Amino acid sequence: MSEDTHATELTRRRMLQGAAAALTVATGTVVIGLAGPGGGAATAADPGASDSFDEVFQGRRIQGRPADVGSHHHGGAAGTGYEVRIDGDELHMMRNADGTWISVVNHYQTFATPRALARAAVNDLQGATLVPVVTA
Amino acid sequence: MGVRKNQANLTAQEKRAFVNAVLALKANGGYDPFVTTHNQFIISDVDNGERTGHRSPSFLPWHRQYLLEFERALQAVDPSVNLPYWDWTADRTATAGIWGADFMGGNGRSSDGQVTTGPFAFSGGNWRLNVNTDSRTYLRRQLGTGVAQLPSRTDTESVLAITTYDAAPWNSSSAGFRNNLEGWRGVNLHNRVHVWVGGQMATGMSPNDPVFWLHHCFVDKLWSEWQKRNPGKTYLPTAGTPDVIDLNDRMKPWNTVTPADLLDHSGTYTYDTGF
Repeated sequence: MSEDTHATELTRRRMLQGAAAALTVATGTVVIGLAGPGGGAATAADPGASDSFDEVFQGRRIQGRPADVGSHHHGGAAGTGYEVRIDGDELHMMRNADGTWISVVNHYQTFATPRALARAAVNDLQGATLVPVVTA
Repeated sequence: MGVRKNQANLTAQEKRAFVNAVLALKANGGYDPFVTTHNQFIISDVDNGERTGHRSPSFLPWHRQYLLEFERALQAVDPSVNLPYWDWTADRTATAGIWGADFMGGNGRSSDGQVTTGPFAFSGGNWRLNVNTDSRTYLRRQLGTGVAQLPSRTDTESVLAITTYDAAPWNSSSAGFRNNLEGWRGVNLHNRVHVWVGGQMATGMSPNDPVFWLHHCFVDKLWSEWQKRNPGKTYLPTAGTPDVIDLNDRMKPWNTVTPADLLDHSGTYTYDTGF
């Protein structure tokens, strides 16, 4: 699509997210729990069943919840038992052996929690929409 | 036989030939399948399951073969071209020559991270991203934003001094040279460079940025240097390891080469200097 079409879509998308989102955006940038220089230093917490989240971060709806590992499909959570969505689109993510997390958007940098990972992805996306992961 | 040179020492003509070959491969459809292949592996390589391209001992031989495939594709366009490498311990600023408009192009602009200079700027019409994480089809970079500093020579020497190639459990939590070079543990070399460049280089589709090849060529050179310094040491594990590529196991997606086949590159290419 053209850059202009793209910009229009982003604007429309933001409008559709409604007043609640707009109010949350006004709180500005949130400092997130990034790991040390590109990974390794994050202290992981077990997300567990109680660690679901659903919030609007910088105008984007981010959701995380434990997922059925057996239901993994392309673009899914690679058997992590957890899934994150941004405005309803699945963010491909993965858990490291030390309990930290990475996503396809930040694949060389570890995060202590799925929520921190989701917020970092929103920061990187700058309003762009996720596309399904191409696997063939 | 090819000689892989430090990008800082390339002539203007060598830079132009490399860039033109990359653009020709992009135009004839040969480039994007490399991006797809890389992403397929990076999203399927997992610490507690099958792992081949990343977070495993075969990270180094897998990328050695992947770079060879790419280099051969470039040579099909222009037989004079060899992969150059980026020594990020030396060329470590956003204003280094590698980011010139005659080569990789510069940093992304502040508003949206879009690279606006050089042969891979979207506005040039030759570099549209078709395999991507999101709806943006332009090359992006945020040099030095995700992490402030590239690895230093001291950092790199400390990793080269690790005398064991790799160790159980053969994943991102392992001790050993491979995982410290890959960067999941320790001072963090390879991973940190991806984060420092930012943009698509920080994603699973990192080969969308042509600097990917120069980064991995230097990682390959560091493996070569480690081999030279540790003549009695070799690839591990050697046999019988579930989910992991042993020394004589064939690697996907090629299914024709093993780590053992790739340990000695001197019959195929050499590097211009030691580290």
